[in-house]
Amino acid sequence: METKSVMICGVGGQGILLASDLLSQTMLEVGMDVKKSEVHGMSQRGGTVISNVRFGEKVFSPLIRKGDAEIILAFEKLEGLRQIEYLKKNGVVLVNNFVIEPLPVACGLAEYPEDVISIIKSSIPDAIVIDALSLAKKAGNARSMNIVLLGVLAKKLEIDKKIWYYVIEKRVPKKTWEVNKRAFDLGYEVI
Amino acid sequence: MKVLLSGNEAVARGAYEGGCRFAAAYPGTPSTEILENIAKYKDVIYCEWSTNEKVALEVATGASFAGARALAAMKHVGLNVAADPFFSLSYIGSTGGIIIVSADDPGMHSSQNEQDNRHYARSAKLAMLEPSDSQEAKEFTILGFEISEDFDTPLLLRLSTRLCHSKTVVELGERKEVPVKGYEKDIKKRLVLPAHARLRHIYVEERLKKLSKFSEQFEYNKMEFNDKSIGIISSGIAYQYAKEVLPDASYLKLSFTYPLPFKLIEKFSKNVKKLYVIEENDPFLEMEIKAKGINVIGKEIIPITGELNPSIISEAFGKKRKSVTIKKMPSLSPRPPALCPGCSHTPVFYTLNKLKLTVTGDIGCYTLGALPPLNAIDTCVEMGASLGNAFGMEKVLGEKSDKKIVAVIGDSTFFHSGITPLINIVYNKGTSTVIILDNRITAMTGHQEHPGTGKTLMGEDTVTINPEDIVKACGVKHVFTVDPYNLKELKKVIKREVERKEPSVIIARRPCILLLIRKREVGKPFYVDTEECIGCKICLQLGCPAISMKNEKAYINELFCVGCGVCAQLCPIDNTMIQRENDS
Repeated sequence: METKSVMICGVGGQGILLASDLLSQTMLEVGMDVKKSEVHGMSQRGGTVISNVRFGEKVFSPLIRKGDAEIILAFEKLEGLRQIEYLKKNGVVLVNNFVIEPLPVACGLAEYPEDVISIIKSSIPDAIVIDALSLAKKAGNARSMNIVLLGVLAKKLEIDKKIWYYVIEKRVPKKTWEVNKRAFDLGYEVI
Repeated sequence: MKVLLSGNEAVARGAYEGGCRFAAAYPGTPSTEILENIAKYKDVIYCEWSTNEKVALEVATGASFAGARALAAMKHVGLNVAADPFFSLSYIGSTGGIIIVSADDPGMHSSQNEQDNRHYARSAKLAMLEPSDSQEAKEFTILGFEISEDFDTPLLLRLSTRLCHSKTVVELGERKEVPVKGYEKDIKKRLVLPAHARLRHIYVEERLKKLSKFSEQFEYNKMEFNDKSIGIISSGIAYQYAKEVLPDASYLKLSFTYPLPFKLIEKFSKNVKKLYVIEENDPFLEMEIKAKGINVIGKEIIPITGELNPSIISEAFGKKRKSVTIKKMPSLSPRPPALCPGCSHTPVFYTLNKLKLTVTGDIGCYTLGALPPLNAIDTCVEMGASLGNAFGMEKVLGEKSDKKIVAVIGDSTFFHSGITPLINIVYNKGTSTVIILDNRITAMTGHQEHPGTGKTLMGEDTVTINPEDIVKACGVKHVFTVDPYNLKELKKVIKREVERKEPSVIIARRPCILLLIRKREVGKPFYVDTEECIGCKICLQLGCPAISMKNEKAYINELFCVGCGVCAQLCPIDNTMIQRENDS
């Protein structure tokens, strides 16, 4: 199998690292070679977070090159737009219709583009827009937004749901299993 | 068993499997998780947060003297701090195997420079290994101890940010117990006074020759022949990027990168038509190879500055992929990191800015006080620099200075390297004002214990060392502790102390807000009474990520607000910023 690349991007604090850990672990469980990369440190203080996940028979670079991502999963829409050059021609964009204002915008030093979704759709008409927050609330916890989005991604990857459940149970505390599985299912059913 | 481990986790695992008994570090991105993970094996590996990298290497050296396998980990600039023992240790060599881990930060994700620490191996004339994924990071840690013992040399294990923080598949092994050799006095080896060191230098040169021979036959320095029209020499993570972009080329993958296997390099060069070196940052391999008269293409096409990645290599070799382009791309606001809502540093920087002081800064979260809208810091050099910098400026500018100078330093940084420059201020009759931003933890790197927290890395209770006691013991007579949330008091004390013609230290103490959030010890959020708000934007000057404007009025995101109340103190209209009484 050819190596596949998934980029997950958003803002520090959105639970991206957990989502990309679960994705990587799932691919490991089904016997693939996996590499994933992200930078810790400064980026955790409300900055941009980008996680690169690559899997296949044999993976070399942990970093995705421009024009090579099969899927971009954006936890925040401005961040999705920012990374769009990494998307392969005919690649898939999954974008959470969610805004976190960068500090320069909040302070009035910069503007948040008004129509991010339509800008993305102008080049990628098939971009899938998700309202993950309301699905997460429906699942029982607004903080499960990351698992909702993971569910949307999972649908695109055609791996048995049981394996995803297994990986989620192995990783998150038992008392949150049900909420997280509900969140995952709600995401899975979006497409 | 196969697991996904980051490079840092893999080094920790390698230390465990390789019979390491002693590990020390000072936290620093991208190396911090090495010791955090070694702490999981605390039953068999003694481990500690040392006060700084120099101390970390000195204690590890002591452990090696006693015959135990020892490891000291640090970020690249940490090795500058530890450079003094590092060079001496090269002459001394090992008793128990000793590894120095240097985690370099190409691209400066979290650092003040992008120095390439491979140069240190050459300068100090000792062995170096460079892994290219987590499996190798684990194996090279185990091998590193063996090489260190077999060749009586310290070993530099050189990592980079992408290796440290990428997770790749690792096959786990068992721990091999290596007995402690015990101590035997040998002053010709371990006491580097000139008469001994002259002999040891001769030994070091002989050792380099032996290591060169070893490098020639080291199994991880290997040729992979494919299409022979392009031959690529590479090491570390750069090898993985190159393989990604040019899978059909021939490779000489180098892992033992000091001293280099020149016979192998020559053999490889003769077997390929065009020879390239692909390496991140400095032309370290390239210069060594060119010095041997072998012609290679390197930095002509691969940049020296910034982090390397497969996209750059694609462009260099004309293999750029077609990617999606946006027809009308708007300008996208950057998303710089920021001080957290409720951060105890924010009111200090707000006050320093308002008082128009010149501020020498230091290394930590609080360096973010330099960014708008706080704009409060003038300089940042390295760990502990703020005090010396302030003193030097004052001595030169003196009374002529229209702005008063203040040094700001964090608690962990103060313990790391702020004490000696404080003594210098007192001893050399300075009048500097120093603010210690004491948030009771090493915050920037993700909350590590330090001498002021009362806990060790191994989770044991210990003595809590108070900055006040140290400062007074250094001879500072004017020491004041303030709560940074109290804006009035903070301003009063700073204003008074910068005028004082003697050294003074202000300790702004309040725990890191992230610690309090974890303990659920934060206040109820504030909201804005939009009827009262006059839209003056004074509250925005804090740069608090919870505050923005909505419809010309201040707006507080209650999901982010932790109820510190600093904005309410600033607001000119009473009862505009109101604290919730219950969770909304």
